[in-house]
Amino acid sequence: MNGILKTTALPYCKGCGHDLIAKKSAAALEKLQFTPLDVVVVTDIGCHGIIDKCLNTHTVHGLHGRSVALGAGITFGLDNPEKKVLVFIGDGGSTIGLQHIMEAARLNLNMTVVVHNNMLYGMTGGQTSGLTPQGFCTTTSADGNPFSGYDICELTSTAGASYSARIMGVGDITPSLAEAFAVKGFSLVEIMEICPSYGVKLNPRRKLSEIVESSGRKIGVWRNEKKSFIMQQGKKKNDLLASVEEVKNDFPATLEKDISLVISGSAGEGVQSAATLLARAAMRSGCHVTQKGSYPVTVGVGFSTAEVNLSPAPINFHGIDVPDVAVVTSGDGLTHSKKRIEGMKKGVLFIDESLDTPETGAEVVRHDFRSVGARSASLYALLFFANHTGLIDYEAIFRTIQESGLKEKVPVEKLREKLLQ
Amino acid sequence: MQNNSVEKKVLIEGSLLITESMARAGADSFIGYPITPANLLYLYGSRRMPLMLPAPDEITTLQWMSGLAATGRIPVTATSFPGFALMVESINMAFMMELPMVIVLVQRLGPATGTATCGSQGDISLLRGMISGGHQLPVLCTSSFEDCWSLPARAVSLAAELRTPVVLLTSKEEVMTQKSFDMSLLEEITPVKLKSYEGEETYRPYMVKEGELSPPFLPVANGKWQVRLNASTHDTNGILQHSNEEAMANTRRLDAKAREKLKDYTYYQLDEQEGARTIVVSYGITALAARDVVYSMREKGKKVSLLVVKTILPVPAVYADIMANYHKVIVAEENINAQLVDLIYGVQRPENVVPVGSIGKMITPGEILKEEDCL
Repeated sequence: MNGILKTTALPYCKGCGHDLIAKKSAAALEKLQFTPLDVVVVTDIGCHGIIDKCLNTHTVHGLHGRSVALGAGITFGLDNPEKKVLVFIGDGGSTIGLQHIMEAARLNLNMTVVVHNNMLYGMTGGQTSGLTPQGFCTTTSADGNPFSGYDICELTSTAGASYSARIMGVGDITPSLAEAFAVKGFSLVEIMEICPSYGVKLNPRRKLSEIVESSGRKIGVWRNEKKSFIMQQGKKKNDLLASVEEVKNDFPATLEKDISLVISGSAGEGVQSAATLLARAAMRSGCHVTQKGSYPVTVGVGFSTAEVNLSPAPINFHGIDVPDVAVVTSGDGLTHSKKRIEGMKKGVLFIDESLDTPETGAEVVRHDFRSVGARSASLYALLFFANHTGLIDYEAIFRTIQESGLKEKVPVEKLREKLLQ
Repeated sequence: MQNNSVEKKVLIEGSLLITESMARAGADSFIGYPITPANLLYLYGSRRMPLMLPAPDEITTLQWMSGLAATGRIPVTATSFPGFALMVESINMAFMMELPMVIVLVQRLGPATGTATCGSQGDISLLRGMISGGHQLPVLCTSSFEDCWSLPARAVSLAAELRTPVVLLTSKEEVMTQKSFDMSLLEEITPVKLKSYEGEETYRPYMVKEGELSPPFLPVANGKWQVRLNASTHDTNGILQHSNEEAMANTRRLDAKAREKLKDYTYYQLDEQEGARTIVVSYGITALAARDVVYSMREKGKKVSLLVVKTILPVPAVYADIMANYHKVIVAEENINAQLVDLIYGVQRPENVVPVGSIGKMITPGEILKEEDCL
């Protein structure tokens, strides 16, 4: 056979609705004049998934519950409305993969999902799924499922799918399937069936129509007037490196040995940007540098610490256990760095004069760093460090501020005045 | 590295180099889900990759990547252990379907959620055992900014050549630390192309030519040949099978391809000093401290060699061969269970192999080697 199906002898149990769904899906695709190689059928795990070998379409057989996400990936990759991505999934797969269905519906991706809802996990022995109706008997709910099942059509419709439909898996369902397959956007068809191996035996004398009706699930169509997902990407850079600002070596070298510096202050007080300015200024003087930050996950509150290594030689290891220089501009910073400062047997501690000085072997320099305002305290402290020690030319920091476009945000003149007092 | 032009000093993180390197090598899609400490890679990926999609979780991330790869794209993502754990089943799927992609794994302190902002090297045992059946994915690990340029591009080309997911291993301390770096040292990167099927006989998605281990690729939805991709045990046509001879041969081929091609991607830095009887072995972020201590010992007149391993999996046998030449072997890695040592020696660790480990902080140069260790 050269159509969608290779054979009409499908590998399903006698009386299984999956046979009908496969044949009528093929008929619907052919009715819409899709050729087999226009179609990618993505199958989930479950009895429905053994259909692959009977198809002349492209076939992708993935993991349990993930077929809709896999099909979504293919849809993104194809980005071609002339091709059809069709996902076959069961009620079990829809349970474990509910998030993927919701996501594809929310994005209104151009694909169709066919839910084979036979109301239990058939392949693994007839267990209850998230789509099993309340009261329906399964091997693991012999007295009837005590929970109500998801209404997958209501859910996908609420999420934004263009088209959701529930139909009974009896008779010629080709027109319903063709209607869903023709939708531009996300469409889902839930087909109600009863598993002949478990469902029929465990629910004797119950008819499919009565089960569906008593579960409260409506047979019908849910529509959203919504455009299909269109791939749009914003402006892209074709070279990330091209926009990285070069740091010129335009100040004389002042550093003769490695210096490790830790600056601690409060979030929102410019600790990280001050450390970056220091690092860049040091590079202007020929230094090799590293800089990294440390702060709580809630980045806008609490301490903010930056670690900077400066060296006349290339730096490998950039961890700082006990620093050569500690700079503390706030109580948050002191609390975070206190233990480290206590471990300093030499070096220099620059600390805001409002704070208590911890026990330390470092030389202590107290100064009113916060007098320039909280937001500039860190930058001022590092300028003060540069001026006090002479290790870095503070003019290199001012030049870096100027060239970084921060001149409007930083009170440069005030800082210079304070520094030279 | 060669000096290509005049010096150009910049202050950048490893993340930026990694992203640009992968893009130049041919990675064209970034699928992201936020997780510390991999977020800079997501940010740079969104700016640089021709296609960026924000996934709702890490399982979706890998599934979308797999779908994109099935259409001929080379997708990448970046994550850390909690996200990677969610990806594992789907990485198995991509391995079985033979879909090229790169997962950048930025290590952080575990177990579980651990400490998101603390670096670590605790994931290589997981990587060794993550594929059911014990099969292996290539895992490359960066240990310098130069590696952040060369190895991501190689991860992309390797993914395409072998048709497999590849893991690029790094650490919080590498991707979130800014460092002065001379960009003129960066070498050209040549984009990779997937090897396409060009035959006239019916395409069999998992059929390889004699002497080869990876099948040529065709995208799903192509108009010429049917493509079947399958995460379940399958034959060369991609049809599900229980365990027949053809399907088992296919699974054996999957096991063989990363191992048998290993010589094409065995990367390490061996800095041997004549007369040295001690060697320091390390990888990743700890290699920085290892280099420092080896160089400083040599300045003191001590003899010591250095091995930095960059291909982590499959483990190249040459590492054990090199280590066997030394009376004392110190292996430094930021975990407390000697995972690299375990990978190389299993339960038969020679007595002269001494692990140095740590958690919660970077291993310092001084913790790796003392003067008396230099025999």
